[in-house]
Amino acid sequence: MIPEVGAFSLILALCLSMMLATLPIIGAYQNNFLWMSMARPLSAGVFVFLAISIAILAYAFVTDDFSVQFVAQHSNSLLPDRYKFTAVWGGHEGSFLLWTFMLAGWMLAVAIFSKSMPLEFVARVLGVLGFLITGYILFMLATSNPFDRIVPLPPIDGADLNSALQDFGFIIHPPTLYMGYVGFSVVFAFAMAALLSGKMDAAWARWCRPWANTAWAILTLGIALGSWWAYYELGWGGWWAWDPVENPPLITWLFGTALIHSLAATEKRGVFKAWTVLLAILAFAGSLLGTFITRSGLLTSVHAFASDPDRGFFILAILGITVGGALLLFAFRAPLMKSEFGFDLVSREILLLSNNVILVVAAASVFLGTLFPMVYQAITDDLISIGPPYFNAIFIPLMALLALLLSIGPYTRWKRTSTTYLMQQLGKIALAALTLGVVLPLLVTRQISLPATMAVAIGSWIMLAMLQDLMNKTANKATRLKGLRALSFSYYGMQMAHMGMAIMLIGVALTSSFSSERSVLLSPGQDVGLGNYVFQFEGTASVNGPNYVGEQATFTVLEQGQEIAILHPERRIYLATNTPSTEMAIDAGFLRDLFITLGEQKEGDSWSMTIYVKPFVRWIWLGAIFMTFGGILAAADKRYRRLRRKQTESNRDSEKSNPIGGELQAGS
Amino acid sequence: MKPHRRKKLGIILFIAAGLSVAVGFTAFALKQNINMFYTPTQVAEGEVGAGQHFRIGGMVKTGTVLGATDSLKVKFVTTDFVSDVPIQYEGILPDLFREGQGIVAEGEMDAAGVFQASRVLAKHDENFMSPEVKAALDAAGASTDNYMPGGAN
Repeated sequence: MIPEVGAFSLILALCLSMMLATLPIIGAYQNNFLWMSMARPLSAGVFVFLAISIAILAYAFVTDDFSVQFVAQHSNSLLPDRYKFTAVWGGHEGSFLLWTFMLAGWMLAVAIFSKSMPLEFVARVLGVLGFLITGYILFMLATSNPFDRIVPLPPIDGADLNSALQDFGFIIHPPTLYMGYVGFSVVFAFAMAALLSGKMDAAWARWCRPWANTAWAILTLGIALGSWWAYYELGWGGWWAWDPVENPPLITWLFGTALIHSLAATEKRGVFKAWTVLLAILAFAGSLLGTFITRSGLLTSVHAFASDPDRGFFILAILGITVGGALLLFAFRAPLMKSEFGFDLVSREILLLSNNVILVVAAASVFLGTLFPMVYQAITDDLISIGPPYFNAIFIPLMALLALLLSIGPYTRWKRTSTTYLMQQLGKIALAALTLGVVLPLLVTRQISLPATMAVAIGSWIMLAMLQDLMNKTANKATRLKGLRALSFSYYGMQMAHMGMAIMLIGVALTSSFSSERSVLLSPGQDVGLGNYVFQFEGTASVNGPNYVGEQATFTVLEQGQEIAILHPERRIYLATNTPSTEMAIDAGFLRDLFITLGEQKEGDSWSMTIYVKPFVRWIWLGAIFMTFGGILAAADKRYRRLRRKQTESNRDSEKSNPIGGELQAGS
Repeated sequence: MKPHRRKKLGIILFIAAGLSVAVGFTAFALKQNINMFYTPTQVAEGEVGAGQHFRIGGMVKTGTVLGATDSLKVKFVTTDFVSDVPIQYEGILPDLFREGQGIVAEGEMDAAGVFQASRVLAKHDENFMSPEVKAALDAAGASTDNYMPGGAN
C-alpha cells in the first residue's frame, strides 16, 4: 500500500508541475497578477510531493520491501542500513527520482530567495522550471517508475547493491553531482525568462549570478568527489579516465565556468549579452546530455545503467524540445540583444573573452571526442573508441594557456588597460615565477624536468600575481587589515577559485609526471622497493563483513629503514551476487599517496598486487575544494543581499500603489 | 568603416583564426587516437592491419585462462563462438574478469598471432553487457541471451 502512495504522490506532483508550466507564464504575458503569484506556492507543492515520493522509496528500502521491483534489484536484507538508504540512487529509476527531487529543491530555493526580482520574472523562471520538471516526471511515470511492483510473487531477498557502490563515496558523490548539474537548469530558466520577457538588459545577469556561482561551486565539488571516489575505489590508480560519462559533467563545468565569467561582463558592462544567454543554454544542454549518455546505454562506460532504448529516446525528446525550443527562441530574440562595444584590445573584456573562447573550445573538443564514436558507428557501422591521448593532447595545452591568462585578468581594467601598466605589474612576477620553476624542482629532486618546471612556474605565476594584487588593493588603506576587510566577498571568491585552479594544475602536472607503479607477485615475508619506499608483505588473514567474506593483507611500508605506515588492502567476495571486489589501502599524505591493490592468490601463499606511489595527487581535490569555496563566497557577496533588501522595498511600494500590474517596472 | 566596427571585425577574425587552429589540432589529435574495434571473427579473417593498435571484444572461453605461477602473465582465449583469438596480458585482471564473461581488450597482434593486450576491461555491473561485446556476438550470430545473468534488462 505505501509504495502506491509514493506513485500517487508522483502523479500529484505531475499535476501541479503541469499547472506550474502554464499558468504563471500565461499570467506573465497577460499581466495577470493572480496567475503569476501562483508560481511560488505551486513550486512548493511540487517539492512537497516529490519529497514524499522519495521518502517513501527510502522507506521501502529500509524496510526491505522486495515486492517493489527497484528495491529487489538494488538491495538485500544483509545490506548495511546506510547503504539501504542510499541505494535509493543505486539504479536508474531511483537516481532519476533523486535528480527530479533536486530540481524541485532548486525551484523551492528560487521561490524563497527571489524577493528582489519582479514577480513577472520569477513567474517565468519557475514556469520554465515547471515545464522541465513536467518532462522529468512524465519520463519517470512512462518508462521508469521506481514504485513498480513485482506481482504476484515477490522475491524473498533482493539482488543486492552493486558492490562497487557500497562505499562512502557513493553516499555523497551522486547527490552533490546532481545538485550541481541540476543547478544549471536554474541558470537556463533565468536565461529563458529573460528571452521570454524580451528585456535583455543587465538585470537578469545580476539576478542570475549568485545562482550560477552556487551551481558551479556545487558541480565542481560533485565532479571532484567523483574523481576522488574513483581513485580510491576502482583501484587503477587514476583520478580521471575520460570516460564517456565523466565527460558530460566536465563539458557542463567548462561551459559553466565560461558562463560565470561572461555573466560578469554582461552584468558590469552590458557586453556579450547574446553570448551569455547561449552559454546558459549550452551548459544546460551539457547536463541533459550527461543524463542521456548515462541512461541510454549508447556508450560503453563504467557508469552506464542497465539500459533500455525507450528511455534514451524519451530523454533525447526532452533534450530536443527544451534545447531546440530554447535555441529557436534565442534566434528570434538575438536581434534585440545589442551589446555596447566600447573596449580596447587590452581590456578586461578581451581577457574574459579569451577565457570564454578557450573554455568553449575545450568543451567542444571533449564533446567531439565523447560523441564521435557514436556518430561514427551510426554512419559506418564500425565500432571505435577514442583514447585518453586525444583528450590529453587537446586539454593540456588549452589549460596551460588558460592558466597563463588567468593571472593577467584581475590586473586589467574594464574598457582599457595600458600595456605598460601590465608589464610593470607582471614583468617581475613572470621572472620570479620562471626562476622558481627552474630552481625549486632542481633543489628538491636534483634533476631538471620540464613538467615540474612548468607546474611550479605556472602555479607560482598565479599565486604571486594574486599576492601582488592583494598588496595593491590594500596599499591605500590605513592598515593592511582594514584594507583586507574592505575587499568584497566576490573578490575573495575569485582569488580563491583562481588559487584552486593553480593548486589543481600543480597536482595534475606533478602526479601525471612523477607517479610510479609496479605490479609484482609476493609471498609473505618478501618485500619490494618503489621510489624511496620499501613495501614489506607480512601475510594475509581472512575477514568477514556483514555481507561479504574476504582476505586482508598486511603490509609494512619503510622509508629509509623507518616504518612509516601499515596498510591493509583487502580482496572481498560479496555474498548476494558472488562478485569479487578489491579494497585498496592508501596511506594519504599532503605530498604523496602510497597505495596498494591486491590482485589474486597464486600458487601457495603468493599474491599478485600493484603498488603505486603518487606524488601530489591530493592537490587535485584540494584545488577543487578551493574552487568550491570561491564560488560560494562569490555567491554570498553582500551586494546581492543589499540588492534584495532594496528591491523588496521598492517592490512592496509599487505593489501598494498598483496592486495588480505593479511588477512591470521593477526591472533594474 | 567606423572604428568600432573595425575593432569588432578584428575581434571576430581573431576568434575565427583561433577556432580554426583549434579545429585543425582537434581533427589531427582525433585521427591519431582512433581505436578500431574488431570481433574475433574479423581478426581471424585478417581484417586487421599489421602493427595496428585496436580493441577486441568477446567472451572469455571457458577453461582457457592460464595464469603463470611465478609472474603476472595471463593467457586466455576470447571467442565470439565462431572464431577464437588467444590473448596475452601481464598485470592484474579486473575484478569481474572470469570465464564466460564478456571482456574488451586493447592492444595489438604479435607475429605469432597472439593478441598482446595492454589493457583488459570487464564491466562493473554483470547485468550489463558492453555494447561492443554484444555487437561482436550478434555479428557472429550467437545468441547473447544465455550469457547474460539476470536476463536482458
